[in-house]
Amino acid sequence: MKNNYSIFSLLKNSLSYHENWQQAWRDPEPKKEYDAVIVGGGGHGLATAFYLAKKHNMKNIAVVEKGWIGGGNTGRNTTIIRSNYLWDASAGLYDHALKLWENLSQEINYNVMFSQRGVMNLAHNLQDVRDLKRRTHANRLNGIDAVWLSTEEVKNFCPIINTSPNIRYPVLGGTLQRRAGTARHDAVAWGYARGADAMGVDIIQNCEVKGIKRNVGTVEGIETTKGFIKTKKIGVVAAGHSSVIANMAGIRLPLESKPLQALVSEPVKPIINTVVMSNAVHAYVSQSDKGELVIGAGTDSYVSYTQRGSHDVVEGTLKAILELYPIFSRMKMLRQWGGIVDICPDASPIISKTSVKGLYFNCGWGTGGFKATPGSGDLFAHTIANDEPHTLNAAFNINRFVSGDLVDEHGAAAVAH
Amino acid sequence: MSENFRSSETKFLDKTNRISFKYNGKKYYGYKGDTLASALLSNGVHLIGRSFKYHRPRGIMTCGSEEPNAIVQIGGSGSFTEPNVRATEQEIYEGLEASSQNCWPSVEFDVGGINNFISPVIPAGFYYKTFMWPKKLWYSLYEPAIRMSAGLGKSPTQPDPELYDHNHLHCDVLVVGGGISGILAASISADNGNNTVLIDDKNSLGGSTIFQDDENFKIDDEIPSVWLNNQIKNIKNKKNLIIKHRTSLAAYHSYNYLLARENLADHKSLDERSNKLRQRLWKIRAKKVILATGAIERPLIFNNNDRPGVMLANSVKKYIDYFGVRCGNKNVIFTNNDSAYETAISLNKKGINVTIVDIRNNSSSILVKNAKNAGIKIYWNHTVVDTKGYRRIKSIQIMKMSDDGTNVIGSKINLVCDNLSISGGWTPMVHLFTQSGGKLKFRDSDQVFLPNTAMSDQISIGSCNGDFELDDVIKNTNSECKNFLSASVTDYDSLTISCPKQKESKNIWLLPNDKPLGKTKPFLDFQNDSTAKDIKLAMREGFKSIEHVKRYTTTGMGTDQGKLANMHALGIISETAGVKMGSLGTTTFRPPYTPLTFGTIVGRNVGTFFDIIRKTPIHEWHENHKAKFENVGQWKRAWYYPKNNESMHQAVQRESKAARESAGILDASTLGKIDIKGTDASEFLNRVYTNAWSKLAIGKCRYGLMLNEDGMVYDDGVTTRLEENHYVMTTTTGGAANVLSKLEDYLQTEWPELDVWLTSVTDHYATASICGPNSKNILKKLFPKLEFNDENFPHMSFKNAELNGINCRIMRISFTGEHSYEINIESKYGKSLWENCIEAGKEFNITPYGTETMHLLRAEKGFIIVGQDTDGTMTPIDLQMEWIISKKKYDFIGKRSLYRSDTMREDRKHLVGLLTDNPREILEEGAQIVQDEKKQPIEMLGHVTSSYFSPNLNKSIALAVVKNGKKLKGQKLLVPMKDKTINVTVSDFVFFDSKNERLNA
Amino acid sequence: MFIITCPFCGERDQSEFSAGGEAHIVRPKQPTELSDDEWADFLFMRKNIKGVQFERWNHAHGCRKWFNVIRDTSNDKIHAVYKMGEKPPSD
Repeated sequence: MKNNYSIFSLLKNSLSYHENWQQAWRDPEPKKEYDAVIVGGGGHGLATAFYLAKKHNMKNIAVVEKGWIGGGNTGRNTTIIRSNYLWDASAGLYDHALKLWENLSQEINYNVMFSQRGVMNLAHNLQDVRDLKRRTHANRLNGIDAVWLSTEEVKNFCPIINTSPNIRYPVLGGTLQRRAGTARHDAVAWGYARGADAMGVDIIQNCEVKGIKRNVGTVEGIETTKGFIKTKKIGVVAAGHSSVIANMAGIRLPLESKPLQALVSEPVKPIINTVVMSNAVHAYVSQSDKGELVIGAGTDSYVSYTQRGSHDVVEGTLKAILELYPIFSRMKMLRQWGGIVDICPDASPIISKTSVKGLYFNCGWGTGGFKATPGSGDLFAHTIANDEPHTLNAAFNINRFVSGDLVDEHGAAAVAH
Repeated sequence: MSENFRSSETKFLDKTNRISFKYNGKKYYGYKGDTLASALLSNGVHLIGRSFKYHRPRGIMTCGSEEPNAIVQIGGSGSFTEPNVRATEQEIYEGLEASSQNCWPSVEFDVGGINNFISPVIPAGFYYKTFMWPKKLWYSLYEPAIRMSAGLGKSPTQPDPELYDHNHLHCDVLVVGGGISGILAASISADNGNNTVLIDDKNSLGGSTIFQDDENFKIDDEIPSVWLNNQIKNIKNKKNLIIKHRTSLAAYHSYNYLLARENLADHKSLDERSNKLRQRLWKIRAKKVILATGAIERPLIFNNNDRPGVMLANSVKKYIDYFGVRCGNKNVIFTNNDSAYETAISLNKKGINVTIVDIRNNSSSILVKNAKNAGIKIYWNHTVVDTKGYRRIKSIQIMKMSDDGTNVIGSKINLVCDNLSISGGWTPMVHLFTQSGGKLKFRDSDQVFLPNTAMSDQISIGSCNGDFELDDVIKNTNSECKNFLSASVTDYDSLTISCPKQKESKNIWLLPNDKPLGKTKPFLDFQNDSTAKDIKLAMREGFKSIEHVKRYTTTGMGTDQGKLANMHALGIISETAGVKMGSLGTTTFRPPYTPLTFGTIVGRNVGTFFDIIRKTPIHEWHENHKAKFENVGQWKRAWYYPKNNESMHQAVQRESKAARESAGILDASTLGKIDIKGTDASEFLNRVYTNAWSKLAIGKCRYGLMLNEDGMVYDDGVTTRLEENHYVMTTTTGGAANVLSKLEDYLQTEWPELDVWLTSVTDHYATASICGPNSKNILKKLFPKLEFNDENFPHMSFKNAELNGINCRIMRISFTGEHSYEINIESKYGKSLWENCIEAGKEFNITPYGTETMHLLRAEKGFIIVGQDTDGTMTPIDLQMEWIISKKKYDFIGKRSLYRSDTMREDRKHLVGLLTDNPREILEEGAQIVQDEKKQPIEMLGHVTSSYFSPNLNKSIALAVVKNGKKLKGQKLLVPMKDKTINVTVSDFVFFDSKNERLNA
Repeated sequence: MFIITCPFCGERDQSEFSAGGEAHIVRPKQPTELSDDEWADFLFMRKNIKGVQFERWNHAHGCRKWFNVIRDTSNDKIHAVYKMGEKPPSD
């Protein structure tokens, strides 16, 4: 077992100038064969491996990552965590994840800095009000802690929002989920990696998948840049690159990979103590524990794998930010970046078996996957281990696009989730 | 009186223009042209701020945008305040107020300094390893403490009093950087007939050559500063060259799209900022781009290399040669290359004490000889192992290095100093090149990354391309520009240049020390306090990728984005891992190059200009009659018209009754209107609507429902056949633009064989909708020539008519269930039409009503509103509108999707009516509906989509979608609210006049 | 932000256009003949190619014409544009 992280281990290691810390995870070469291989070393993939080992006793498994772990959307997102979704299936999935978040630092002995600072969703027109109230009622009956706030209550909870009735789209109220919040994105990937590694999972970085070997509709292994790896089960958690892997396996997915941008300001002393999302005035903002304002922009409408989006999107986002927070006009953008998000037509994910036996896909999280990381990993691990979905992810199968039984989260989802 | 450090004359400042400013509440003086940094240094002030993590005292290190330490709050606590401003870039103005950040109670004495003492326990990433036990303390103690220590400066708390501007710029050639190579490039470009723009972030051109007065450097027998000054004079007269000062390139996107921020006011006193315009964002499309962004000097990494008074050698030279400010009285220069000797010679010439410590064994260049000849003491093959001095450096300790450079030997020598100028060589500024998608290569000889392959039409020249010697810069700039711009001759083809060449170089990323690394603090990222130890710790723990190391240690994540730190981080990683540096790659350089004000990015699109406001031609009348407005998309729609302090409820009840009892009038101008012409117009409608259109007679109207290809209801509205091949379609207000786009898409891409022409006429017509038993009487008054009997003008038909000689289209259609007409007129007559209607309706107490009453009246009739009663998951069958699906048509948009296993389920959610057991109780729209509250988990059957108190029925009514609702009519259900449960009964969704008798009344 | 050459108007800034997804997905002439799987394939399934992709764009803030673009989604380079109904350029 690795050394446990605590204040005591820090104190002890300070005596030896921190020169005796163990590796958080090994850097192994791939074995010839595994019981399962997870493709994609982001938060979801690493969580999947962690729960496969921990809950399903599958320890002879590997995670293959073409770059460095956590380097995709895990390390690029704005880390909003909430579970106030409209439909039962979504609420079940995301609240399962939220409950895991609440104990995650302790579970993986890695502080993911889960900050339950609350998430507010603002309403700016009468239909927003109806939609958000509808969602709040559904949340309450599903046991999710969302409440409706009047404009005054919005102002009280976050005084810097411009709630003047004279702005173009005045704030007509909003919802608040107090258990929601943010976490440190990198720590989630690193913590799961360390935990999985400790149970024997091989985390293989700089290893790109080049092909999926099949025989009569059954998985036999994967070709990688580090050679062929034999396995009967492949779990693909490749986010924006899901379609690339799917094309290798001859599977078609209902995905489009689009640029999503985000930006941070220079760090300032605490000024906003919650996460605020707005749909009609397209902006969401929180403040990181470094003091940066973390601002999510929208997606571009075209497919791109460049991790760059158009400037118009950033400009539009900041325009909305200044409408709701005119005091931020003199703040400065420090850094902007893009990720590649795989979007499903119904804005809900796929956590599913496929027509190829032994091949599983976890994708389509669009702009909102980070919040689901622990739940997604747990449920995907269950699906892979049992070759059957858990009740909580049964609705998120690929077949829904054939039957029409979609989980349409467009209507009442918050801005780009 | 404190000592004056302004020691030499300078031609770059206006010494007749003395300026006072405040720093940490104390008044100081400088001159016009000073930066805050140079002005503070001239007053002997070095201590500027505290570092982020350990709160160590920090001073000015550089003279430019790479500054990690000297960042201040400008403008006090007022509305002009701005956090995290680099003192090295901020020009002083009369009345400027600046203060230190991240320190309490003061920068001199900062309580946070305690962190420096516990630093052994808080290495990189310590927070990932602790604060987890006991769990509840995370919420009550640990997290609040972490949050409290976050941030550097303070956010403004008032709206911005200044304005920002956007400007588009198209040019043949954009030259970025006004140093010598940029000036030459701009000159060559303009001379070759290109419309050229040269931008530079400083207030004057010339880069570091403009203060290069060393006689070892000559261009055509002139010292470089003189020669370059003439060139600058020369290019200012070129007609096709625009020069933009104080303009820094922020972002270089693909397709040569670049963003540059021009600073218009930040150097001016508040009195001088009369037009309020602060900064302008230039959105540039350049056919060709020439990057001449220069290089920045590298620091050296050794123990306690962060004290105030430790500065980059080239910056010290700029302060003395450009600003006339000496950074110390006793200077030590610590270097691994020749360029720092220029600083030494400059200081020496001005009679300032200077000593050199050089990690190399020797150097035979002219510069070094000159330094020796000047009597400057040089410690060869020595390194600094420690520095002393808390708020300002006081002394350093140096030791001899072993031959392989990995260790120190012999005894320590103590050197007293008040300034330590360090130089670790040069890093080309390739940020913009990589932002544009360019790929880098690594040059081993001096350990630099250089531009390799570019993604767009551009070149890099000068030191950003790795040319560091004056003759290389000039010759290569000339030849590369000629090649890039296809120029045959230039003014610079036959220049004679002499300059000293660097002969020996030695690069050690982390300098050796007599103490174990663990006991030292060699800083890499000065702002974020990450040290070489942290880099090694991260690697030891398995963080091997440069991005992992960066994120784990926060190296390069400060406001300078690692301009000074990143190369050393890479170097130490490659040394530690034993891999070649070029193979590691770099971290990604993300835009913007320097932080960019939100206001600048947004420009004028704030406040009133946030989003356009669409108003109907009748808007003014509504305003004059005290209407409350509702935002519907970008439209302002009259919501209700309160009279005599009526509440909304009271107004709506009154309006609703009036509309049913006599006459009401609604401004329906916002509904989308699409003009459809062509011989295949009927066939087109057949394909886009669920019902059949071929047999609709000319002059008749029909309601249509439009689906998405997935079978879900998308839009609805009434379409009228004006002529054989001419229809006008109405859409929902919010859906108008999308419907038009969708129809155009199908027409152009799927059905190009159809002869159909679509034109949006939403804004061309104003619409007044008059309903109620007296509507006919009012219309008769307005259109006396027209026959209004049911035979001649039946429900769902249309007539052309004239009002005061102006053509109108009158449709007899109804969204309220009342006998009703919609009068359409050219927009410019809209208000006049409305006033005519009001006048004619006076005797019938015609009552203007808004959207709320419209919603109520249509709900009484069970008419849906797409987007309110539907949410993209409802089929027409779900809405109990089977009647509108043509059985005869082979196909229409969305038809196939209605026959999938899920869309054919019997127990989908259906539109129903709900009646509350207590008729006075109004359901909340959005409330959920259940059958059994006790069963866990609670099964939600559906939700309330529309709910009103009906004055005409004198009871509460609601529309809802409920699972299997068609079969639940008459059943009791529950609507559980937060504090109570409301009993309801499922009913028909038509509450009023279900036989449609009033339509023809 | 790209520069797109509208086949009708010429070079314009990307902000004038809207993207319409994968090109050459022809709406089935006889949808009722299709199985649910085949219909789902038309409705939802996309190649989502990393590399050279054929896609549709609309000059929404210009001539409002739809046309096809060949673009490399791995670097956003546009290789060709051609009108609706035309065959893609062969090379």
